[in-house]
Formats: sequence, structure tokens, C-alpha cells
Amino acid sequence: MQEQPILSVRDLRTYFFLDEGIVRAVDGVSFEVRAGEVVGLVGESGCGKSVTGKSILRIVEPPGRVVGGEILYRPQKVSIQKAQQANGFVDLAKLDPMGREMRSIRGAEIALIPQEPMASFSPVHTIGFQLVEAIRLHQAVDEEEARLIALERLREVGVPSPEQRFHAYSWELSGGLRQRAIIAMALACNPALLIADEPTTAIDVTTQAQVLNLLRSLQRERRMAIIFITHDLGVIAQVASYVVVMYLGCVVERGPVEDIFHSPQHPYTQALLRSIPSLRTPPRSFLPAIEGSIPHPFNRPPGCPFHPRCRSFMPGTCDRQQPTLQPVQGLQWASCFLLHPAPQGR
Amino acid sequence: MVAYVIKRLLLLPLLLFIFSVFAFFVIQAPPGDFLTSYIAELAASGTSIDQQQIDALRQLYGLDQPVAIQYVKWVTRVLRGDLGVSLDWQRPNLQLIKDRLILTVSIALLSLLFTWAVAIPIGIYSATHQYSWADYLFTVLNYVGVATPSFMLALVLMWVAFKYFGVSVTGLFSPEYVDAPWSLGRVIDLLKHIWVPVVILGIGGTARLARIMRANLLDELRKPYVEMARAKGLPEWQLVLRYPVRLAINPLISTIGWYLPQIFSGSLVVATVLNLPTIGPMFLRSLITQDMFLAGAIVLIYCCLAIIGTLISDILLAWADPRIRMEES
Repeated sequence: MQEQPILSVRDLRTYFFLDEGIVRAVDGVSFEVRAGEVVGLVGESGCGKSVTGKSILRIVEPPGRVVGGEILYRPQKVSIQKAQQANGFVDLAKLDPMGREMRSIRGAEIALIPQEPMASFSPVHTIGFQLVEAIRLHQAVDEEEARLIALERLREVGVPSPEQRFHAYSWELSGGLRQRAIIAMALACNPALLIADEPTTAIDVTTQAQVLNLLRSLQRERRMAIIFITHDLGVIAQVASYVVVMYLGCVVERGPVEDIFHSPQHPYTQALLRSIPSLRTPPRSFLPAIEGSIPHPFNRPPGCPFHPRCRSFMPGTCDRQQPTLQPVQGLQWASCFLLHPAPQGR
Repeated sequence: MVAYVIKRLLLLPLLLFIFSVFAFFVIQAPPGDFLTSYIAELAASGTSIDQQQIDALRQLYGLDQPVAIQYVKWVTRVLRGDLGVSLDWQRPNLQLIKDRLILTVSIALLSLLFTWAVAIPIGIYSATHQYSWADYLFTVLNYVGVATPSFMLALVLMWVAFKYFGVSVTGLFSPEYVDAPWSLGRVIDLLKHIWVPVVILGIGGTARLARIMRANLLDELRKPYVEMARAKGLPEWQLVLRYPVRLAINPLISTIGWYLPQIFSGSLVVATVLNLPTIGPMFLRSLITQDMFLAGAIVLIYCCLAIIGTLISDILLAWADPRIRMEES
């Protein structure tokens, strides 16, 4: 019997209401996260993976809005009014994004490692000020205690001489240190769930490896769950235990990391894995790329969103009906008519 | 920081020297001198003056000497703290300027205060409620404010006040206080009158500043540090005021320096319309009558204020923005 999840996203829909039309950035995404589990959210740019992360935190900015679905979260520390709860779960999608309940969860229970560590600190406030602020928002400690906690966090993420960095401004730190400081800020209040939005894209490869190792060891020590958002399958293979593959706002396939890498079921996942350069490919051979490009968000193809680029496209089926996510084998799910024939007579 | 301020202060005499040379020669540039316009004025009123008297006066004031020598003489006197005597008023310039300067500076500072106190909250509200009806309303009001010349506003306000309320809003004092020495009553009377020019002079700047604040803040609100602060669980208002507003205001601080001289020159027309006892109208008259020592003294004081204003805004900016502070040291 599997452990109960701490987060269960069900049929999440986040749309952006623009003058030109509605962009369905997230259109029916479902997955679960268990305590101490690292879930990788992969997909090309614009597939809605970042918006999914922001939707969970309820920090999607207008004109974007969570319009449907449930984000069931089981609070570990924060007590939420009974009326908001069902079986120990709070539906974050129903909370006021700027309200007190949501704010008490943000930072304390669910924390964010943002996409751009370079710009995620205010340049006119010291690192220490911003860390202490995060700590004092959720913990009843005075300035001095908060300072000690902040120094402790900086030490934990491997920032050398934290007493000096405490008074430094973000632009005085190197890229790697800044990323570590951001992680320290995300961990300030010991969150149960960390949403890491491409935490390694903006830094060089050596530092990347260090940051990944750091995140993994922190995650193990604290039994913290992580939603790891990236387009880098190599990174996913290193850190994640469960993978959710997204395409155009939909989940096309999800499953344990071994299954996804060794027996991908959905043509999109297969194509993605084919496009990873391998040491064994002969020199001077072309890198296989997925044909075509991502459709414009206003021009979402009908039926299966991937059908215009799919090698196994079945005319009359894939462009007419939208497949749903269904179990394939074990814990692996996929949404494809190759695996689950479309209902007939339509 | 201290070194930075000292460095700036050391530049001050050099700047003042350059400005004084420039000011003096520009004032001298029109044909003729004070006596030419003096004679013309006397002739207009029917009095005549004989050539000998004119030559004597010319010699007395040193007007018969080359411009460069006149300048050197003037500057040496200024350096000794003597701003000279007004040819037109026949009174020491310092005495003439002093009272008016206090009023001019108070109007300028008050309208600066008014501008910031009104424009910054409007800018913040507009940016945080972009495309709301209030934002559109402020936008319209701001365009009207920017487009209305301040003297026009002064005329309209005077007309409205006179026609519908029967009050005169000109001047800065009630008749009984105009020539009275400074007292508590006079200050209170001043405060009752001063808001009119303050508002008139401040409206245009307020509109402009609110537009800039809105645009700056909109830029800042899209930055990742705002999202990060939100992800920490900060309440929205606290967040907006603590981070993006702070960063959006920084570039505005450096404009305070330009604002002071702008108010002085802008107030000339308004002060004439409203009949304010400020420096503007006196400066205008000194230029018309070619009262060069008075004009020179006023220009020099303007320059001083402009330089000091810039210095103050630079210091404020360095104080508010660590990036500038560190760059300088």
C-alpha cells in the first residue's frame, strides 16, 4: 500500500485571459507528490510546467487565473480552519490567493526556488534582511533568534563565512553563491514541499552539479518533497523518483523514473528521450529532434495536442478526440490512443 | 560615502566659477547698459539728464571699463561677501533678495513636498491596479495636469476664486501683514495664502511624477524578486511597499536636484500672474532694466541652489541605493 500523498493535483486548469484570447497554459493536469519524494516535471518551454508550480503556490499573476481543478494539500505544521479541510487536506485552489491561509502556507509549508536566482533578491536589501524577513513571517522568534536561524541556513547550504554574506547584497555574490542563498531562503522555515523551478538553468555546469547534490542531500535529511521543474532530462534522471511529462498544458505521461526512461509509452516521451545525445551514437550523425515546433498557444490543435508532430498519428482519431490519462503498467500512466483505443461510434 | 561627498563639495567652487562667468557675460550681452535703459526711462517720464551726469554715473558704476574688468571687480566683491548695490533700486542686493529668497525657497520646497506626497501614492495605486477605472481616471487627470500651463491654471483659479467666492488669491500676505515684520501672526497668514501657488506650481510636476512612478513600478512589479517575496508569504501591501516601490523611487530621487531650479524659473510667470513677492518678478525686472549686479547676484544664487539641490539628491540616492554607494567608494 502506498503512502498517502501530501499533495494531490487533480485536473488543474490555469488559463491566461488575454485580449487576443484565452491561453490554456495548464489544461487538466493531475499528479501526486508523497512526503520525501522528488517529482520531476518535464517538458519543452511553454508546456505549462512553471505555471503548474506557480498555480500550486497560488502566485499566478493576472491575467492568469486558476480556473478549475483541485490542489489538495495536507498541511504538516500550519493549522487551517476546519471548514477549509476535508480528511486533513486543504484545497489550495479554493483559497484566496492573497488571503491569510494561503500566505501562511506559502513559504512555511510550500516554498519556491525561483527560475532566476540572479534577480530573485532585491538588490537594495541585504541577503540577511530578506532571510530574516522570511523566517519571522512564519516563526515567532525575535530579530536575534531569526538572525541565528538565517546564519544556520546559510551554513547548511554551504555558504562560506555566512556572517559576512549576511550583510552582503545579492549582486556582491557569485552565481553559485546566490543560488545557494536562494535555497537557504526557500528552506528558511523548513517547508514540507519545495517547488524548484529550473533551479539549475541559470548557472554553469560545475555549479549545477553542486547545487543538485546539495538539494538531494537536503531533501534526504529533511524528508522534504520536491517538485523539480526542468526541461533537462539528464537532471531529472539524477534527482527524481517519479516523472510527470507535460506537453501543451497536459500531462501526456507519468510514472516512476526507471519506467519512464526504460520503457516510455507515449510517443512524445519516446521522441524526447531519442533526442538526448548519447556517448554511443556514432560521430557526425545528426541529433534526432522532434519534428515541427510547439503550436502557438492560441492555435491549440484539436484532439491530442501532440498529433501534428507525432510519428504514430492516426488520422480520424488523434485529431478528433482528446485522449485521457490512463494506467499502462504498474504506476505508469499515459494518455495516447495507441495504448487505449478511442471509444467508437463518435 | 564621506569621500564621495567631499569630492562633490570640492567641485563646487569650480562649477560656481564657470556659472558666474557664463551668467555675467550673458547678462552683459544685450546692447547698451543700465544707464541706457535708465535714460530711456527718464526720457519717457519727461525728465532729462545731461551728458556730464551720465558720464559721472558711468564712471561711478565702472560701466566705462571693459567687460572682463567689470567681471573681475564684481567677482572680487562677491567673494568678500558683498553682492553689490542694485542700480535700479539703489539698495544693497543682499537686502533686496533675502526676504524674497526665503519665500521663493519655501514655495519651492512646499510644492516639491506636495508633488511627492500626491504623486507617489497615485503612482503606486495606478501601477498596482493597472487598467482599473481608477487607473484610467488618474491617467486622464495626469495628462490634463501635464498639459495645463501653470500660469493658465493660476488665471483660472484666480477667476474662479474671485467670481464665485469673492476672494482674491493673489499675493502671499493679507494687506495688514504685507510690510509687517516677521511674527507668528505673519507666518500663519503666510500659510493661509501660500498653498495657492504651491498647488499651482506643483500640479504639473505631480502629474509627471505620477506617470513616471506608475511606469517605474510596473517595471519593478514584473521582476522575479517580487514573485520570490510573494512566495515567502508576505502580505501584498507590505511586499509592494517594501520592495518594488523602494526600487521604483530610487531613480526619482536623482530628479529632485533638477526640480528645484525648474520651480524657480517656472514660478516666474506664475509669480507675476499671482503678484507674489518672490524672486522671479524681481529677476525679470532686473533683466529688463539691465540692473546687472542684481541680475548677476540672483543668477549666482540660482546656480548655488541648483548645485546644492543636485548634491542633496546625489547624497540621498547614494544613501538609498547600496549599488551607487559601493560604486563610488
